[in-house]
Amino acid sequence: MKSKLVTTLMAFGTVMALGSAALAQGVNLRIMCGTVGTQFELCKKVTGDWAQKTGNRVEVIQAVPSSNDRLASYQQQLAAGSSDIDIYQIENIWPSLLGDFFVDMKDHVPATALRDFFPTMIENHTVNNRLIALPWYGDAGLLYFRTDLLEKYGFKAPPKTWAELEAQAKVIQEGERRSNPNFWGYVWQGNAYEGLTCNALEWIVSFGGGTIIDTRGNITVNNPQAAAALRMAAGWVGTISPRGVTSYREEDSRGVWQAGNAAFMRNWPYAYALGNSADSPIRGKFDVTVLPRGTGPNAKSASTFGGHSLAVNRFSKNVKAAADLAVYMASYEVQAFRATMGFNPTRPAVYKDAAVLRAAPFVGKMDDVMNSATVRPTTITGTKYPRVSEAFWNASHSVLTGRSTAGAALAQLQSTLNRIKGNGW
Amino acid sequence: MRPTIAKHNSLAARKARTGWLYLMPTILILLLVTVYPLGRTIYLSFFEAGLRFPLKLEFVGLMNYINLFSDPVWWRSVLNTVIFTATSVALETVLGLIIALLVHTNFRGRGLVRTAMLVPWAIPGVVAAQLWRWMLNDVYGVINDLLMKLQLISRPYAWLAEGMLIMVAVVLADVWKTAPFMALILLAGLQAIPKELYEAARVDGATPAQQFWRITLPLLRPVLLVALIFRTLDALRVFDMIYVMAGTQIATISMSIYGRQQLLEFADIGYGSAVSTAIFLIIAIYTAVYIATLKVEVR
Repeated sequence: MKSKLVTTLMAFGTVMALGSAALAQGVNLRIMCGTVGTQFELCKKVTGDWAQKTGNRVEVIQAVPSSNDRLASYQQQLAAGSSDIDIYQIENIWPSLLGDFFVDMKDHVPATALRDFFPTMIENHTVNNRLIALPWYGDAGLLYFRTDLLEKYGFKAPPKTWAELEAQAKVIQEGERRSNPNFWGYVWQGNAYEGLTCNALEWIVSFGGGTIIDTRGNITVNNPQAAAALRMAAGWVGTISPRGVTSYREEDSRGVWQAGNAAFMRNWPYAYALGNSADSPIRGKFDVTVLPRGTGPNAKSASTFGGHSLAVNRFSKNVKAAADLAVYMASYEVQAFRATMGFNPTRPAVYKDAAVLRAAPFVGKMDDVMNSATVRPTTITGTKYPRVSEAFWNASHSVLTGRSTAGAALAQLQSTLNRIKGNGW
Repeated sequence: MRPTIAKHNSLAARKARTGWLYLMPTILILLLVTVYPLGRTIYLSFFEAGLRFPLKLEFVGLMNYINLFSDPVWWRSVLNTVIFTATSVALETVLGLIIALLVHTNFRGRGLVRTAMLVPWAIPGVVAAQLWRWMLNDVYGVINDLLMKLQLISRPYAWLAEGMLIMVAVVLADVWKTAPFMALILLAGLQAIPKELYEAARVDGATPAQQFWRITLPLLRPVLLVALIFRTLDALRVFDMIYVMAGTQIATISMSIYGRQQLLEFADIGYGSAVSTAIFLIIAIYTAVYIATLKVEVR
């Protein structure tokens, strides 16, 4: 009887010891990745590779697609001190909002290794001297155009200025309407949300109208060039762009574009791979270029920068392993692989990688765009950025929908921004 | 005499104590899930608090309320909510009553129709809103296509972009989703009306219209009122339909969307709590008024 008990206890003890040994071999991590386009599948693949190499387990959780909603859900989880998610995929407009809740990546990456990233991106993610996330990939607004239709209507090159775009869109739209009454010249993102802030910022910068708030914190948006830019965009609604464009987000415009119902589209790089997918009606019939420039002394081509980075939750139970995974995901090899899938590297060296350029010539074009992309005024406005952006997109939306003139809307915006600024940003 | 009273009293006291004991779990749960969060929200509304780590609170008195009441967007959201509530509840009541009267009659396949009728109500709000968003798209949406083919409209409308049309679209989508709920409650009310009343009315030569106005409607009144209260309370808190179909734009922003924006998107916990408290007060006042009217009704 006694010996039986001892045997049982010994067996139990052995099982326990084995169990804890198995646990010590690897940890469970959870990462929240974006889901638009192919992002989710790619995230699963890359984290799966790491898990296999290191003997850990990674569970990929789908983040909400809309930027505004994602921020809100992150804030809720982090404010509650939740340790459920170890790594968050964040956007470059959030560092000062969420930075407190993430670990300093400088404790996990040697300073020399950080020099391999674009310096502006590292700067963008440094809050109070803490590097709160590793830059993962960059986005920038692009002009998509139908090569077949440009040729059909005798245009030799895609538009260099907005005036050229308007003229080409008009001709192609009139021609195509004969066979397709649903055809439109130009689609973009005009809904009242963060995407409109990106679109409207591009128009205004392309007219030399500044970036809403300058780097010293002065409110500069109420100027004649900015008004001219907004007036121009309002003129598109109902002429070369569908009236509904003021309710479009990224996927709404892609819906019209990819069905073959638009000659031009403004969108992020993700739409490139999807437009060339096997079941796409416009496969092989389009290309991308920089967005057109406006008129005026400081007119230039402008494209809003959207960066995505990897941040480690400070409440994570496995900070070291999580940081390790983040470093792997932002490594040269992984970024080179992802570059061929349409995600722009945050390391300048990858743009010169011969193997990458052979697999995806598209990447070569992005180098210039990424270098000259316009950053939204997030660093200077800090935690007040969401209010600034909301005020800006509401003002732009009121001009686009004809509820206000450009001049009046910008004057109103100036006083709203002054109120938000208060004693300082 | 005295001892009996004492005995009686102690018995009553024991009874009361047992009663309280039985109520205790309910009271505790209510304290935990309702009174505490509500109290905490009201408490936070007197502070300036951003979403930081660690959380810092700075007492500002009534500042949040002063700012709230001087914000034109807040008042716009109140107005939008009232417009949405009044139009959607009115349409849902009329439509619900018509549907209820129709399925109350005897016909083949009535059971099937009654079940099918509930499908819109069974679809989650966000899913229904996204469905309508796609159907109402100006270029590839089915609604424009249908109306054009029926020659009811001459050009495709941008339902989700053109001024007042957004509110119209949101209200119609909500009516589609919630009229079945109204119909279901009213159907239960109709079934409770004794058939003899109609037989007697027919014997006396009352027309169907007279039967409706003199018998159906007055006897349906209590049920109608309860249904109205439920729907109005729900509509005053509207979030999903408007948020998915129109986002946070000022033309359609509701009180709940405004509150969520301040609390979550702007991470302003103090001001957001003041908004929540204000919404709570508005709905509490509405409920008090309705209950008072109901009491009059019952008498």
